[in-house]
Amino acid sequence: MQDNNNSKKSGFTLKSITQSKGFSAFTAALLAIALGLIVGFLVMLVADPSNAVKGFNSVLSGGLRRIGDVFYFATPILMTGLAVGFAFKMGLFNIGASGQYTMGMYFALYVGFMWDMPKGIHWVVAVFAGMIGGMLWGFIPGIFKALLNVNEVITSIMFNYIGMYLVDMLIQGNSNMYVSSMTRTAYLPSSVQIPSLGIAGSNVNFGIVLAVIIGIILYIVLQKTTFGYELKATGFNKSAADYAGMKGKRNIILTMVIAGGLAGLGGAFAILAPSAIAGSSMTYEPINIIAANGFNGIAVALLGNAHPIGVIFSSVFISHIQRGGTLASLYGYKPEIIDIVIAVIIYFSAFAMIMNSAAARFIKTRREKRHAVSEAKSIGDKDASSETKEAKK
Amino acid sequence: MDTLYYLIQNMLPVAIPLLLVALGGMFSERSGVINIGLEGIMLFGAFFGALFVYFVQGTEMGPQTILLLGMIIAAVSGFIYSLLLSFAAVTMKANQTITGTSINMLIPAIILLFSKMFFNSDGITTNKNFYIREVPVLGQIPVLGQMFFQRTYLTVYIGLFLLVVATVVFYKTRFGLRLRACGEHPHAADSVGINVYKMRYAGVSISGVLAGIGGFFYSVGVMDGNVNGHTGVAGFGFLALAVMIFGQWKPLRIFWAALFFAFLRTLAYSVSLIPFLNNLGINQTYYKMLPYIATMVVLAFTSKKSRAPKAEGIPYDKSQR
Repeated sequence: MQDNNNSKKSGFTLKSITQSKGFSAFTAALLAIALGLIVGFLVMLVADPSNAVKGFNSVLSGGLRRIGDVFYFATPILMTGLAVGFAFKMGLFNIGASGQYTMGMYFALYVGFMWDMPKGIHWVVAVFAGMIGGMLWGFIPGIFKALLNVNEVITSIMFNYIGMYLVDMLIQGNSNMYVSSMTRTAYLPSSVQIPSLGIAGSNVNFGIVLAVIIGIILYIVLQKTTFGYELKATGFNKSAADYAGMKGKRNIILTMVIAGGLAGLGGAFAILAPSAIAGSSMTYEPINIIAANGFNGIAVALLGNAHPIGVIFSSVFISHIQRGGTLASLYGYKPEIIDIVIAVIIYFSAFAMIMNSAAARFIKTRREKRHAVSEAKSIGDKDASSETKEAKK
Repeated sequence: MDTLYYLIQNMLPVAIPLLLVALGGMFSERSGVINIGLEGIMLFGAFFGALFVYFVQGTEMGPQTILLLGMIIAAVSGFIYSLLLSFAAVTMKANQTITGTSINMLIPAIILLFSKMFFNSDGITTNKNFYIREVPVLGQIPVLGQMFFQRTYLTVYIGLFLLVVATVVFYKTRFGLRLRACGEHPHAADSVGINVYKMRYAGVSISGVLAGIGGFFYSVGVMDGNVNGHTGVAGFGFLALAVMIFGQWKPLRIFWAALFFAFLRTLAYSVSLIPFLNNLGINQTYYKMLPYIATMVVLAFTSKKSRAPKAEGIPYDKSQR
């Protein structure tokens, strides 16, 4: 995935590819995925040994026959993945993507139900409203972190709960939105639904195109702008960035606002998706549960090494095995099997980079023994230690 | 006065899980490991504790015996689950926040999968009643008896006992001193011969035991002995982290902080029973948000002069200077 970008810069020799940072992130992700799938298989064996092989097979091949659905379900987690990954580059752990996602969804719903607009503009406005809702919910933890030094993890978890209760209350209190007999929101007007891409039997829509474009824009922002550079520098070494005159506090708030906006867009894309059945739409059920798509975004971001392009691919992968999880219910398993796989993937990707760099260090020291030059060794040690530092981030 | 009795009687079973889990977080963080996974460990303990209750509820065992045995099972399972965190955070030097998050995500999925496959529900439902109407003799004391010894759970007394034990271990033993040293300056601790890795394993394991017990007590005292994969422990693990920060990583202060949060939560869920609040006509959801908003306000005021352990969150590497 990402090693392409790095290899272009440093030539095309095999060595430069295998030693590049992107490649080690890629292999680390593969390692985490493999371990996650193995654990998933073991859990299936424990739960029901007789069907485990068939069930696991459907997990693996799940999305292949339903490409449209894979992209459709990838859209929201791509956005939350970008939200988590973008903040991660700054050294912030945005666990609040769920709350931002829910807020974005509510704002989009509000515009959808309460504002009357011509077709063609309505859904665009609703998507923007979703972004603003998410930004608001990212802004608050950003302020708390920058000005009051409150750990963003706790803040954003609290705002997940506050946002969830608030949105559920607001929706239940609004008779235009909420149909109490169905305990769900009413159907959205068709003018506010995002245009479908027209793949039969699937709800895949223009949202995925927008999401991929946003991912590419983020990549450009991170690589080619001063802001992106400052952001990465702050994430790498906060004190050094402050010393160099970068406005750390402003950047923290800005990063959280952007991350929140991304997650909010995810919520808007999810709720504004067109329905395959004419006259209906996506609905939301306010039952006091925190949106799972926010947490899946963490897995997506970690697998993609917080790199926007990597996140695009990892979101498709997660969506693919999620489709597989729904298929596995044919054999008596429940879709939650995929949540287990995702959690295990997150667990291992937390230290997969370190396992990787430990292996790399081992190879390096063996090579250096042959050279037996003390100078070269001290440089190598420095490299290795800086690698582990990065991996900790 | 009856309202006050009611609030106190309901507050204590809520405060105890918060207290125990926050104490667990304290042990873990003072040894240098951030434990975001408390929520997951609580749920893990609650799940296995409730599973035990489910299997023995038909036997002749008395409810309080079952409670004690379930507590032990929850403690052991919490300990085992916390090994996942200590292995990643101490041995593998992984990012502690991410590991904790994955621990939180894993267990609801496991509970939902197995409960749906084997019980056809979202969790475990038990029908054992652990409620104590009145403690003999002590319940007869005029005011105090009604406050603390009527309509309560055994969990309250166990929790207070564990608070005393934890305080003594933390401040009066060699182990406690060493543990705290590892959270402040692990290299200095190492230089005088303390095994930092071992101490951190111990810190996380104690937090696993306490969080496991806390989770089981939550399911006993708050959920009437049930465990649900969807709602889990309703963010109590995270609230406990806030309680710990509010309590500045010190046992007694954590106790007061836990009481404060439990009071807010009890208030939120009993608005309709308090005439004064009920007459205000404020939507109940606002009260439900109250503990979380209070957390934010409290953190905003305490975080500037935070006395967090200096080395928390930083994996210890012997070869680093």
